[in-house]
Parts: sequence; structure tokens; C-alpha cells
Amino acid sequence: MRTILSTINLNIGYKSKKGVTTIAENLNLNLETGKLITLIGANGIGKSTLLRTLTGIQKPLSGNVYLNERNISDYQPLELAQNLSLVLTEKLPPSNLSVFELVALGRQPYTNWVDKLSDEDVLKVHEAMSLTQIEHLASKKHFQISDGQLQKVLIARALAQDTPLIILDEPTTHLDLLHKVSLFKLLKKLTQETQKSILFSTHDIDLAIQLSDEMIMMMPESIVQDQPCNLISNGSFSNLFKDEHIIFDAEKGKFIVS
Amino acid sequence: MFFASISLGSVTIPLKDVFASLTGGHAAKSTWEYIIINYRLPKAITAVLVGTGLSMSGLLMQTLFRNPLAGPYVLGLSSGASLGVAFVILGAGFLPSFLSVIALSSYGIVLASTLGSTLVLFLVLVVSQRLRDTMAILIVGLMFGSFTTAIVSVLTYFSTAEQLQKFTFWSMGNLGNLSWTTIVILTFCIGIGLLLSAKSIKPLNALLLGENYAKSMGLNFKQARLVIIFATSILSGAITAFAGPIAFVGLAVPHIAKLTFQTSNHTILFWSTLFFGSIIMLFCDIVSQMPGFDVTLPINAVTSIIGAPVVIWLLVRKRNFQ
Repeated sequence: MRTILSTINLNIGYKSKKGVTTIAENLNLNLETGKLITLIGANGIGKSTLLRTLTGIQKPLSGNVYLNERNISDYQPLELAQNLSLVLTEKLPPSNLSVFELVALGRQPYTNWVDKLSDEDVLKVHEAMSLTQIEHLASKKHFQISDGQLQKVLIARALAQDTPLIILDEPTTHLDLLHKVSLFKLLKKLTQETQKSILFSTHDIDLAIQLSDEMIMMMPESIVQDQPCNLISNGSFSNLFKDEHIIFDAEKGKFIVS
Repeated sequence: MFFASISLGSVTIPLKDVFASLTGGHAAKSTWEYIIINYRLPKAITAVLVGTGLSMSGLLMQTLFRNPLAGPYVLGLSSGASLGVAFVILGAGFLPSFLSVIALSSYGIVLASTLGSTLVLFLVLVVSQRLRDTMAILIVGLMFGSFTTAIVSVLTYFSTAEQLQKFTFWSMGNLGNLSWTTIVILTFCIGIGLLLSAKSIKPLNALLLGENYAKSMGLNFKQARLVIIFATSILSGAITAFAGPIAFVGLAVPHIAKLTFQTSNHTILFWSTLFFGSIIMLFCDIVSQMPGFDVTLPINAVTSIIGAPVVIWLLVRKRNFQ
């Protein structure tokens, strides 16, 4: 196990003309190789802000984010792209991209100025597509495939970028249970087979408890990172939602509405 | 197509003689040689420059704005350039005489027109970051068009008949009338624009996934955007300055390239846009001076007649477009 990304006394939030809005303080998180880590928390708690700060898009209020033991703000855009890849929630703009071309765009940090794919690039693209089992879609246009398939294609693109860390923003949101489970299993398989570290935010807490190696829980008072079984036994889940009607059943490992 | 454009016109010159005079030999009639060297050849070269330049700026804008309906004319860049030129041509009377000579020179007009188109492009960019809606951006472009028309009509109120005539002829678009000197200036501007476009091939490919993905793949977005904007402005600004506002070529040609090759890869689109841009502009030029007719139609009218239906067709099938 090697630490890929860590934070030391990190404070996140926004600076605006009206002053400073702090979202979370004193974060000491640690992402290791070969681990699937989920980020959970209620809507509006600041999951996106945390992800934006961890990926270097947004500056921390104080404290530092270290990627490979080097401050993330010291990375050049190209270097960062070779160490960290993203899967975002936003809709893709209209284009004629085929699935293969879309996955191949993940090779941009390695291609020359006219974006020509070398033999190695093509190999990596095929590797990413076979890991995600989307090879049969290669020649389809990206707007012709289902949401579940598109999500796999976007993950394949991140894999092709060949980075030790992949961060995904709510990849399971628009999927049905079947596809949610298959996506979770895919991410789990990828961490085991490629020894990558994968962090993603999700609202599917039941699945996250069953399949992730570690969880980062965002609650109004605190943010904790631990293994799911420990979080259950120390009762953290009952603090996740501030609502008397939602109760966590520690034995079944799921939330119950009373 | 290039040679057909030189060959055809109010006087039809056989292709054999076209080749003869272009390769330094002699055509059957010396008047033909004169027509070719001083009129037809510059016009054909201008058509190629205008066609490639406008089409390329359309391609850049469509990807940058994530909008299949973007183009130099539709987004009001040509209007911006017109405004710049209108100020120079119609407003030169207000300047001291030595300044007005400088302003009315080719350089002054290019500068004014490039500034005008850059200004509009920046305005459109600001608006498009607030309004992500395709239609809203198009309406803004339309408003810039009306706005410049209004300013121009105010300016005409204060200008002489001679100035007005000069501006009116300019605004109808004209591929002829360019001296060899101005062609050299135009070639230089288009050359810079196309070089910057070639440099933007990789950023444009990244932008196919949107700004945030592009950044995550190592793109220096601000720098890339600046290069693309500058390339677009110099292409459409220089062309509008010399050939007048030419409609729809910039919008339609990239789509013809995309539909033909069924791809979004900008390496392929770059070359195919250059190819189709020059072919289509030469074709419009031939149409505008059909053999057997003494009159020459304004080139802007020809491109609009061909281009406007393409735009309507794109809008109608936009639901499943791309």
C-alpha cells in the first residue's frame, strides 16, 4: 500500500467579497493504492467542494493537498493530468465522437501537438476498453449508447489516461439498481486488478457499505474516514442525516424510514 | 474548380489558354492574358483565401462555443467588422486629412475590421458564459447585426454620397477588386490565422468533452481559448475588411466537412474544412458571374442563397443532430 493523495490540516470553502464561507475544517484524509474509497454525505454538505479541492480545481482556504507527496498546486496542468484523471457529472457537448475516439482522448497528456496516437496509445485505449468491457461499442457514436454504457465509456477514458488516482463525481446517479451494482463491481475490480486508487462520491450508501474498502463521511460537525465496518460499529451513520425519521439499522447495515 | 473559376466569366477563356498564360506562355489572345493575370487569377486566389479563412473560423467557433450553429456571420463577427469599416470609411471625413489617408489605407481598414470582430467575439463570449442556451447566443448575434445596421445608418446621415457608395459596394461583398498588394496582406493574415488554427487542433479535440474535462486532460484552457479567439478574429476580420461581409460560408462548410467524414477529429476536420471551403467559395464565385451574363451578382447574395437553406435544414434536424 502506498499513499497517493493526502491532506494535512485542510480547510475547504469559498472566498467571496462578502467574506469566507468555511465548509469543512482540519481534514486529514489519506488515499492509498488499490483501494476503492467512497465519499458520502447529504446534499449540499460540500462533497463537490471537497472533490474540487482535492483535484486542484479550487484552492484550499488553508492547509495542503499532497499528490505523490508533492503539493498539488505545484503541478503543471500536464503533469497533473498524468497523475489524476476525472469522471464528471456534466453532460457532454454535442459532437460526432465515437466511443473509441472518446476513450482515446484520455491519451491527450501523452500525444504530440497534432494529437496523433502512437502504437502504445492505441494499446492503452484497447486495454482500457477491455477492462470496462465496452469493446463491442467502439465504433458507436457516444450519443447512441445508454447512460450506463456512457458511464463505462467515461471510466474507460479515465483509465486510458493512465493515472494512479481516478476521482469520479457521482457516477451512479442516473442508473438503475442493476447498472449501479455493475458499476460498483467494475470500480472494485479495477482497484484490485490495476492497483489504482479510486475515489468517488455517491448517494448509494447501502452499496457503498458493501463494496468500498474505505468511506469518507461528510457530516455537519465532522468528516471521518474509515472502513465501513468500523463506521457501523462506532455509530457514525446515525449522524449522517439530521432527521428523526431516518434511522440506521446497524445489524442490517442499512437505513430504515420510521 | 480553381481553373474553372479563372476560365468562366463574362468572357469565357478556354482552359488550354488559362494553363498557357499561368505557366508563363501565351494565350491565343493577348486580352485574355491581361484578364487572367489582372482580374481572374487574383479573384480566384481571393476566393480560396476567403473560403478557407471563413470556414476555418466557423470550425473554431463551433467547437469553442459547443454550438453547431456558431459561425462568423451568425454570431455577428462580420457585423462587428462592418462597424469597424463603417467608422473608417464613413467617419474618415471627421479626421484631419493626413490621418484619414492612413485610416483609409488597406492597413487601416484591416485593423478597424479585426478590432470590430474581436470586440464582438469577446462580447459573445461573455454572454455565452452567462447563457448556455444555443438560441440565446444566436439572438445576441442577431442583435449585434441590427445594432451595427443602426449605427451605420446614423453614420450615413453625416457622410457624403461618395463615401456612402464606397461603403455600400463594400457591404455587398466582392472577391474581385483586390490588387496584388492587398492579396499579399490578406494571404499574410490568413496564413497567421490558419497556423494558429493548426496549433489549436489538439485543444479543440480536448474541448469536444467540454471545458472541465479538457482541463483535466492537461489543457491550459485560458491560453488555448485566447489563441482560438485571436485566430478567429484575424481570419474573419481580415476577410471582411477586403471582401466585405460574406454570409453563411463559415457556418455551412464545417458541417459539410463533418457530415462527409462523420468525425469530430479536428486533424481531419482541419484539412477537409480547408478543402471544402475553397471549393465552395470558388463555386459561388463561378455562380456569381455565370458565363453568358454580363452582370455579376454580389457574392454575398450567392452565398446567402446557398447557405441560408443549409442553416434552416440544420435547425430542423437539430434534435438528432450530432
